[in-house]
Amino acid sequence: MRATFSHKGRRKKEQAVLAYVARRIVYVIPIVISVALVCFLLVHITPGDPLVAVLPADASQELAQQLRTAYGFDRPLPVQFALWLWRAVNGDLGHSIATGRPVLSEVLRAVGNTVTLAIAAALIGFTLGLLFGLIAGYFRDSWIDKLATSFAIAGVSVPHYWLGMVLVIIFSVELNWLPAVGAGPGGSSAWGWDWEHLRYLILPAITTSVIPMGIITRTVRALTGDILSQDFVEALRAKGLRETDVFRHVVKNAAPTALAVMGLQLGYMLGGSILIETVFSWPGSGLLLNSAIFQRDLPLLQGTILVLALFFVFLNLMVDIAQAAIDPRIKRG
Amino acid sequence: MSELPIGAIADTALQAAPVAKARGYWATVGRRLSRDKVSMACALVLMAIFVAALIAPWLGLADPYQGSMIRRLRHIGTPNYPLGTDELGRDMLSRLIYGGRLSLIIGILPVILAFCVGSSLGLVAGYIGGKINTAIMRTIDVFYAFPSVLLAIAISGALGAGIVNSIVSLTIVFVPQITRVAESVTTGVRNMDFVEAARASGANAFTIMRVHMLGNVLGPIFVYATGLISVSMILAAGLSFLGLGTKPPEPEWGLMLNTLRTAIYVNPWVAALPGAMIFAVSICFNLLSDGMRSAMDIRN
Repeated sequence: MRATFSHKGRRKKEQAVLAYVARRIVYVIPIVISVALVCFLLVHITPGDPLVAVLPADASQELAQQLRTAYGFDRPLPVQFALWLWRAVNGDLGHSIATGRPVLSEVLRAVGNTVTLAIAAALIGFTLGLLFGLIAGYFRDSWIDKLATSFAIAGVSVPHYWLGMVLVIIFSVELNWLPAVGAGPGGSSAWGWDWEHLRYLILPAITTSVIPMGIITRTVRALTGDILSQDFVEALRAKGLRETDVFRHVVKNAAPTALAVMGLQLGYMLGGSILIETVFSWPGSGLLLNSAIFQRDLPLLQGTILVLALFFVFLNLMVDIAQAAIDPRIKRG
Repeated sequence: MSELPIGAIADTALQAAPVAKARGYWATVGRRLSRDKVSMACALVLMAIFVAALIAPWLGLADPYQGSMIRRLRHIGTPNYPLGTDELGRDMLSRLIYGGRLSLIIGILPVILAFCVGSSLGLVAGYIGGKINTAIMRTIDVFYAFPSVLLAIAISGALGAGIVNSIVSLTIVFVPQITRVAESVTTGVRNMDFVEAARASGANAFTIMRVHMLGNVLGPIFVYATGLISVSMILAAGLSFLGLGTKPPEPEWGLMLNTLRTAIYVNPWVAALPGAMIFAVSICFNLLSDGMRSAMDIRN
């Protein structure tokens, strides 16, 4: 009797999670369309005719008209958006004005390098953040807490592009240990997992890791403090549980929120890499975005931002689903 | 044995006495904040940077625009040039102090603008609720689908370089964040008894929002916005660093960092100075925001 009851309860819980996941996926559709709309409109808030970038300076009126029709700029905006969206869904984001190559393949090639950088930075930042946060939260108001908290506040306050410069000054200019720019010997942009390439990854990865390190330290510290002050921890201790086991309960309870913050941070690292990639000339999506902006390569600008934003939306979705799966207690509206 | 509990009771009575004498909420917060050494130190540093930037022309500094080809990239500690000279031979000390003017404006103004727009939107959404709430908050969600750095750069990149464009793009980045905070605070306050009482006594929506809600809602939003200034300083200087904000020869910390990048092999530590200024302002605002948050959390 009891077994069937709990079995039923479990199935109900699973159904609730599945229903949540389904709702969450449906909810993503309008977001994706709105994101596409924002990216589409970006080109139209640019001052001047979007044709200017494509058109030779001495082009005739006739040629301008021809190109306008070819690009579809003569149609009403909603029609243009629908056409653009339809092509985008089919993987056609247009061609880069600077290189003439398809935008999608340019972006995807660059995103690979950004992912490499973000994962390396996540390994450093998340490990340190979790470590500092747990220690600081556990030994609140001790000297070790103050030290970890100072690291965290410095991490979230430092202009990371400047930190990158300072690291280059120390390790490349003064000590001459590590390369200052690029992603591989001879200025190659193809990545490889060997020491020759890893040397180029160290400084950008450390630079990228400081913000997530700071944010995760602060989040986990606050979480740990909250959990430790709850009654159930008192009960666990009164029950005679060893401190290591109490610690395990703390980690378990902090995990869902910490996971959500880490997911979000990974997204920020992928999407916000432009400053660091510019400092280190790291050939990823940020550097691509930089060149698209300054060459007024609008299709490339639009395409890169769309791909990065969709990445971010997808990552958020994954985080929410993972959170619902490991912590079905959380009620969601 | 029996004396101890009595003593303890007397103690609590003594402790309770000053609490009963009600001091205003903001006066209490101010007092708590003024006892916090870290917050006060940060406030002092910020004050010094602000005042120096404000009265820069009367400080007897070298002309921040006047360069010289023969004294380029002097080291820190050179006589007459305490912080050295930049790549065009301009006095770094003077440029750093003058640089505070633009840097602080483009860093702080977006947060102020976003504070005005965002708290109004959040207040309306939270108080009225229903369809208007849904419309406002779902629109806000769209901007949350972009990482904030990407959104700032996308808008700035599309609008083109310039101070105004950079302020506009950063304002757009911060409005959704402040709106979300304002909406959740307002929703929390809306259902409290005193608001219900005001409504029952016939106050209209505008009066309730202005008189009863604003005072309770603005505090938390203000603290949140103070923390945002730190991010805003970094992003605003970052846009200039990329070449999307201020234009040369204007002294501005982000742009100075960018133009001095070429000099890191010649005179690295002078090149790093403008970033240290951004760092100092940003960390001070962060610590000040933390201090205010704990000073306002009077229940603890």
